[in-house]
Amino acid sequence: MVEERQAGEIVKVAGPLVVARGLPQPRMYDLVRVGNERLMGEIIELRGDRASIQVYEETGGLGPGDPVYTTGGALSVELGPGLIGSIYDGVQRPLDLIREATGNYIARGVEMPALEREKEWEFVPRRKPGESVSEGDILGVVQETPVVEHRIMVPPGVSGTIEEIMSGGLKVTDVVAVIKDGDRFHNITLSTIWPVRRPRLYKEKIPPKNELVTGQRVIDTFFPVAMGGTACVPGPFGSGKTVIQHEIAKWANADIIIFIGCGERGNEMTEVLLEFPELIDPYSGEPLMKRTVLIANTSNMPVAAREASVYTGITIAEYFRDMGYHVALQADSTSRWAEALREISGRLEEMPGEEGFPAYLGTRLASFYERAGMVKCLGSDERIGSVTVVGAVSPPGGDLSEPVTQATLRVVKVFWGLEDRLAFRRHFPAINWLISYSLYLDEVESQWIKEVNKEFPELRREAMALLQREAELEEIVRLVGIEALSSAERLTMEAARSVREDFLQQNAFDEIDTYTSIKKQFLLLRLVMRFYKEAEKALDAGVDIRELINLPVREDIAQAKFIREENLSEFDELEKRVADSINELIKRASAEEEAAGESAAVVSGSAGADE
Amino acid sequence: MAIKEYLTVKEIVGPLLLVEGVEGAKYGELVEVEFPDGSVGLGNVLEVSEDRVLIQSFEETRGLDVANTKIRFRGRGLELGVSRDILGRVFDGLGRPIDGGPEIIPDARLSISGNPINPYARDYPSDFIQTGISAIDGLNPLVRGQKLPIFSGSGLPHSRIAAQIARQSAVLGKEEEFSVVFAAMGITFEEANYFISEFKRTAAIERTVLFVNLADDPAIERIATPRVALTAAEYLAFELGMHVLVILTDMTYYCEALREVSAARKEVPGRRGYPGYLYTDLATIYERAGRIKDERGSITQIPILSMPEDDKTHPIPDLTGYITEGQIILSRELHRRGIYPPIDVLPSLSRLKEKGIGEGKTREDHSNLSNQLFSAYARGKEAKELAVILGEAALSDVDKLYAKFSDEFEDRFVRQGEFENRTIEETLAIGWDLLRMLPRAELKRVKREQIEKYMK
Ligand SMILES: Nc1ncnc2c1ncn2[C@@H]1O[C@H](COP(=O)(O)OP(=O)(O)O)[C@@H](O)[C@H]1O
Ligand SMILES: [Mg+2]
Repeated sequence: MVEERQAGEIVKVAGPLVVARGLPQPRMYDLVRVGNERLMGEIIELRGDRASIQVYEETGGLGPGDPVYTTGGALSVELGPGLIGSIYDGVQRPLDLIREATGNYIARGVEMPALEREKEWEFVPRRKPGESVSEGDILGVVQETPVVEHRIMVPPGVSGTIEEIMSGGLKVTDVVAVIKDGDRFHNITLSTIWPVRRPRLYKEKIPPKNELVTGQRVIDTFFPVAMGGTACVPGPFGSGKTVIQHEIAKWANADIIIFIGCGERGNEMTEVLLEFPELIDPYSGEPLMKRTVLIANTSNMPVAAREASVYTGITIAEYFRDMGYHVALQADSTSRWAEALREISGRLEEMPGEEGFPAYLGTRLASFYERAGMVKCLGSDERIGSVTVVGAVSPPGGDLSEPVTQATLRVVKVFWGLEDRLAFRRHFPAINWLISYSLYLDEVESQWIKEVNKEFPELRREAMALLQREAELEEIVRLVGIEALSSAERLTMEAARSVREDFLQQNAFDEIDTYTSIKKQFLLLRLVMRFYKEAEKALDAGVDIRELINLPVREDIAQAKFIREENLSEFDELEKRVADSINELIKRASAEEEAAGESAAVVSGSAGADE
Repeated sequence: MAIKEYLTVKEIVGPLLLVEGVEGAKYGELVEVEFPDGSVGLGNVLEVSEDRVLIQSFEETRGLDVANTKIRFRGRGLELGVSRDILGRVFDGLGRPIDGGPEIIPDARLSISGNPINPYARDYPSDFIQTGISAIDGLNPLVRGQKLPIFSGSGLPHSRIAAQIARQSAVLGKEEEFSVVFAAMGITFEEANYFISEFKRTAAIERTVLFVNLADDPAIERIATPRVALTAAEYLAFELGMHVLVILTDMTYYCEALREVSAARKEVPGRRGYPGYLYTDLATIYERAGRIKDERGSITQIPILSMPEDDKTHPIPDLTGYITEGQIILSRELHRRGIYPPIDVLPSLSRLKEKGIGEGKTREDHSNLSNQLFSAYARGKEAKELAVILGEAALSDVDKLYAKFSDEFEDRFVRQGEFENRTIEETLAIGWDLLRMLPRAELKRVKREQIEKYMK
């Protein structure tokens, strides 16, 4: 910890905001300790000799005259082995250790290092003394969990020759290498610190192009997000934001997951804590917790720390990105972060903008999402890493015109619009397919052509067109009733319904349905669309629409989402069965038609004879 | 510590007092406000700036003046004295006995604001509570440790439903000590009395603690009431190991009191004049529900709120729904049609459903069956809307069946007696029986084996 300097004193306390006077050399965003309990706070405004401080803990009991200490450092996180599997509050205090120390309720003024101090990690050097290294180079690694190799990097701004490098059991504060730069010696420790409000450095950004496969069909097939991309998921309460975020955390093909519970429910964090150690990652075969870091600043925890939590989370994400990993970060919910900003801004008596949010809401949001991206990392080995950010947005009353949603939509590239109307019908995920969009589609489709199937993009377009057509037809039905539709239109409605129910709908709580590989997504969609295409032919051949609708094979299509990943060959058989049973109908229809044609000929013949 | 007394009130605005020349006041500190007539009310510190202190008075400020009002700082926040003897007693909205009984001799004095539960200490709620009400048990089940509000409207029977839940609630296969904490905020004497006589009639009163702030009691006092009640609940649950059901009614009046203070402080108002921190404030109440690892007891919350103009997007229901673990929404339309309980199941939700039901808890088919009932009822209601505009004839044959289904569903599944206590098996059986009205191919949410087994 940074050393503390002499005290200033409190002059004002208003909720989470404290004003202090007489701090020696206060600087913006410096960390301070407030009151005799030494609560954590951060300087957010300076006027003359007065510093406004947002306090990360409850301020009850503080009053004028109480001491305030400066630390001279900015609010920072500790980065090193031990991050994975942790649960931190918004300012990176380990909640598990806090419970051990202070019991079931979070007491105030607890100071606790984020990384365990005593634990020894097996450090395996990758470089030798005498070699020259520069910023970002990997000095060696620690196998932090079975899936995460923690790469110890030369910090930004340091280069030189390795004077000494260790190996074997080391603690996070131990020196792993000494780097000689001219006549300066840099001691590189196993862990490092980084100020959360400053983005970590990289060589250059590169455009995202690979799909982040989430296993959620409506997302991956219809509105995909790319690794290094940004997405938002706005929706009223109960529409499924948190379930989507949890599903992504569970099944996304990322190396590392950072989940930020920002101003939401305590039990939702508990759920992750209980489930993730049990669930197995389909890619690595290891428990999901072995690649996950949790940040929990729930709705009842201090509001200023909620504001900090998204920065704590994204800094940790960038750190793993810098090692060359693909990181996916979920922030649930960014609206609560924005509200924390609004609350502090109100106490600072700043001029309020729209709905009381500060005028800088948009720029703050934009610079947060800008920390996502695919990058060439520092270091001479040309590593690529990425941070994908998915933010939930909680618009008041579900009204998307409100400032946080609007500011978010201006910066993110993917929009999954949740709708309560769908949730009420228990159509989940309740993503409205007519309003949602993804700007990564072109990149992702090129990847599908190479890696899944070249028909996939066209298939997706057809399915999307079908859903759009359905919406138009529904409008007609609402005006004049179902009778007004032609058979072809009735079939379109039925086929669209099948896309919705048999493909889009996905039950997060079903053991099989919760995750669908991209390969299976393609097969399932092709199956659903195959029925439509064959049925269209059948209609042309004179088959009655009701016969098509009532085909028993449609029940099999409805069950196809439950086909296990290891039995994907069943899809071929199923498609064949679809084609066969419709061909059967066509054959029967044309036989009947012939028969009917003959009898009609007889009738007209006799009629002719009558004349 | 000597209690300091000040006669330096400078301003009185609504419920707020500004006092100057104060030394050593602390944020959140409890104060005594002595009225010119000698009566004493309580208040607390909202803001301190140098020697100026802003106080919110829990008592009506009528009768206060600038010259003769005395302010005494108590050196601590508002506390509640607790012991087992609080059971069976009635207190005012600040926790002072009003039933003529003796003062409580406290085992402990607890700060009413409580500390946040460490998310790491929480245990996930998963014990199904059978309320005996099908619309809840079958579709939106209540789980021990859940916070599940009732969104209601004026004139709707939320009190009867809450009382029925309190009366009938049972956890299958368990006999454990339980109690009820009841907090009234701004409701009428009649409504409060309904609950009290209900508790008396069922002899639950011995296991009940009541905190009562009625419509004609000081409005600002009710800002403290839910916190006082939850402090009592936490003591009963996590010190004495009881399962506590907390009923908070009516949260709308609580929020209005908060708005009154915010307006008097001239804060920048959020939606409809409610303060921007309403979400956080409500969260510090609702998040006090739950279970804690290695603790026997639990706190289950049923807050009741009336939606102004029956509008679910009003900030009070809206922010509540964003915090609680679901909501039970009452429908004026069902009520008008004489259906009790008038629970609108579609927009209602229990977020803890999946963890609380299923094999070993209720029954293996429960989840699928409820999803099937939800989607069938939703489709039926849509069909009926269409029929209203275009006539029955405009519906497809299947949609006609769905329309009929939704009527039957409301009549047989949702509708039940106020004193009818259905077992979960009875509830599920009604559900399966209703599904027989639909073609088998329509039943996509339930498994084939389940149809074979339960739809006889
Ligand atoms: N994919 C899904 N599958 C099944 N149920 C879902 C799904 N998504 C949401 N739900 C249901 O909706 C409820 C609310 O979802 P949640 O994500 O908590 O909403 P929000 O975060 O938007 O308030 C969940 O408790 C669950 O019952
Ligand atoms: Mg949520």
